[in-house]
Amino acid sequence: MFDPAKSTPKVDHEEKCSGQSAYVSDIVLDDMLFAKTIRSTVAKAKILGISLPALPEGYYFVDRKDVLKENYVKMIFPDWPVFADGRVSYIGEPIMLVVGPDKIVIDRLIGQVKIDYELEIPVFDYVQSAVHKVFHKGDFAAAQARATRIIKETFETGYQEQAYIEPQGMIAYLEESDKITLVGSMQCPYYIKNAVVCTLGYDEHHVRVIQPSVGGAFGGKEEFPSTIACQLATAVVKIKKPIKMIFEREEDMLVTTKRHPSTIVLEAALDKDDHVIGIKADIGLDGGAYIGLSGVVLSRSMIAVTNAYTIPNLAVSGDVYITNTVPTGAFRGFGSPQMIFAIEMFMNHIAKDLGVDPFAFRLAHLAKQGDSTSTSGVFRDPIIMRDMIKKATEISDYHHKIAAYSKPGVTRGIGMSWFLHGCGFTGSGESTHIKAQVKLVKDEWDHVFVYIAAVDMGQGAKTALKRIVAMTLEVDNDRVSFENPDTDFVPDSGPTVASRTIMIVGGLLARAAKKMKETWMPAKRMEIIEHYRQPDYIKWDEDEMNGDAYPAYSWGVNVVEVEVSPVTYEVQLKGIWSVYDVGKAIDERMVIGQADGGVAQGVAYGYLEVMRHEQGKLRQKNLTDYVIPTAMDIPPTETIICENPFPYGPYGAKGVGELTLVGGAPAVALAIENAIGRKINKIPATPEHIMEILNHE
Amino acid sequence: MNKITFTLNGQRVVVDLDPSLRLLDVLRDHFRLTGSKEGCGEGECGACSVLLDGKVVNSCCFPLANADGKSIITIEGFTKTKRYEILKDAFHIEGGSQCGICTPGMIMAAESLLSENPHPSEEEIRIGLSGNLCRCTGYNMIVKAVALASKKGEGLW
Repeated sequence: MFDPAKSTPKVDHEEKCSGQSAYVSDIVLDDMLFAKTIRSTVAKAKILGISLPALPEGYYFVDRKDVLKENYVKMIFPDWPVFADGRVSYIGEPIMLVVGPDKIVIDRLIGQVKIDYELEIPVFDYVQSAVHKVFHKGDFAAAQARATRIIKETFETGYQEQAYIEPQGMIAYLEESDKITLVGSMQCPYYIKNAVVCTLGYDEHHVRVIQPSVGGAFGGKEEFPSTIACQLATAVVKIKKPIKMIFEREEDMLVTTKRHPSTIVLEAALDKDDHVIGIKADIGLDGGAYIGLSGVVLSRSMIAVTNAYTIPNLAVSGDVYITNTVPTGAFRGFGSPQMIFAIEMFMNHIAKDLGVDPFAFRLAHLAKQGDSTSTSGVFRDPIIMRDMIKKATEISDYHHKIAAYSKPGVTRGIGMSWFLHGCGFTGSGESTHIKAQVKLVKDEWDHVFVYIAAVDMGQGAKTALKRIVAMTLEVDNDRVSFENPDTDFVPDSGPTVASRTIMIVGGLLARAAKKMKETWMPAKRMEIIEHYRQPDYIKWDEDEMNGDAYPAYSWGVNVVEVEVSPVTYEVQLKGIWSVYDVGKAIDERMVIGQADGGVAQGVAYGYLEVMRHEQGKLRQKNLTDYVIPTAMDIPPTETIICENPFPYGPYGAKGVGELTLVGGAPAVALAIENAIGRKINKIPATPEHIMEILNHE
Repeated sequence: MNKITFTLNGQRVVVDLDPSLRLLDVLRDHFRLTGSKEGCGEGECGACSVLLDGKVVNSCCFPLANADGKSIITIEGFTKTKRYEILKDAFHIEGGSQCGICTPGMIMAAESLLSENPHPSEEEIRIGLSGNLCRCTGYNMIVKAVALASKKGEGLW
């Protein structure tokens, strides 16, 4: 019997070490032109006129007038223009492309374009709500009325930049006179295909999307590449030559989507036994200039309101605010890191206000199997958090350290976060929007090919999914092939997002492989197509946000230890310990690789990574001033994976990718609180912020 | 214009190009050696790391003129060595590669470190790799891989 947790060679390891793996920037086509974008330099304005220089032979401008059909990037709302149409709404908004053979000439031409703006007053405050959602559980007003104490706090979080090391980029070319192909750094080949079909008005058979190697994504290549694709497709249709557009780091940082800044107001109603009987939450996300995916991000924030706790009465409202800033979007965790930061800090702060032990207080509220979720669904599967917390406290020596570090004058601190992450799309998204299908083909030589649209952006999807198929068929890994997706050949198995790839796509592949095995005909071609079916027990009311928001939850515990300099207030990480329940690890080494990277990104969100705008202009625009962790910032990290197989996941597997990020920020913020003896309500907890807090008292 | 002469992966080359070009562009565009990647273009991320007379440099911040008379080794040249094999296997065993965009640069930085200090401590490895950013791994598996390579490649460095 194959053990799914056993680690196998990563299928693309050799090519990645040797540098032979081809990323979009490595691809060169004959007669290829380059494109660069002319962008708005103001936050809000009407465009009165554009004065263009004379173009040398072989150079082109491409703008709104060249768009064949729809001048919006198809996501959810038709509000995000491909090219600005008479007005701009944020600094960096694309107005036109300059295309030609020489990048230096392109830069010179861009310098000669003059745009005449009529400025309007930009909005940066949370005043224009574009998406408003509300849900209730139980009766918060009644809980409030019978409460013996009400505690209210506000939490704020900043931007976070995905900072994948490979900047965004794409190449587009005509395959036939009326068929366009796009090759680029992406997570979701079919999102791009659908967006280009919409913008060009082409038949879907005339748009092809191919994924080359992708150098990290973290959500940043979920929806944003569709905007590049629509622009390039428009240019290629006009110019009829291959065009390549690769962002430089600065452009990438200034104009691509980032994690939503948030303001979250929480109000807890407590009874006489110090138990939280109700929470009221108001969640505000800064969506930037266009809605994009923000409404969906908001849903996840709202649903994460009680995190790993069970609270009987809830009144939750959320808004996406439109501001004249760069649009925010998908980023690993998708709205839940903001909420989990807020609720973890809040639960600890409440305990401190009550003068009770935060650990015992939180434990008394921890969710158990059979409890009602925030959206009045049910935690159906076993919850093994109590064991996981025990393990985490043991390996980190948490109880001993927190007692020692709580004494005055100690500059060390330790913090622990508990969290969950819903696996897959929210609610019935998988069955109503995504409708994933996967295809397995066996040739006459009994070699099996996996046809899916899942992208390996480093997380190891190729290795893990191939493994699931080979294990189920009980054949060696080398009898199964899985190439990068090409929409001319693979069905739409959905986007590579939402921690759904192993659980949902892998689950479909396991089912398809099982069918193939059961009907195996040696030396005959076989083809199995498998469609997603929502488990019958999932009941979800989208309008009321009521029911089972996710088919399963992954769970985690992070412990972070820090040293805070009493002189400079700089925070140094001293240790990270994590325990996760991801159902069953498919390739444990790869899961731990995800876990180490995820927690580093999550912890850095809490104390290190700073991005701010000033009147709509981002102050951090490269990896020099937007600091991400180096090898020296990360301390030794210990990770334990607990088994708790999910009956509907392949071999019991649940989601991994996002879970490992969402608990990092509260764990480090609680550690800093422990070290400085003051409350933190805002991340990142930079030295400047820590100094502010300490000087405020 | 003066021609620039250097050794590229053991081969003598003469180029007649603008000496202010970035070495990274010369390698990628003119020699089609695309294993050196551009992650930031300003010397922060190390994805473009190459060896200059055996020491790691960021080729994105290195003008072609300064290569004159020097030896440049890119990942393409380094893959032909036994040391590369050791590092590659160690990265495999410890799980040091994910998306792969930083991996060739990491390997070049590891080579530079090990050739100066064949038995680095964990802290010395972290310092040695601190000029190379990785967003996927959180570094632990890379640090372990370099430690393992140091052990398995005993006598090679």
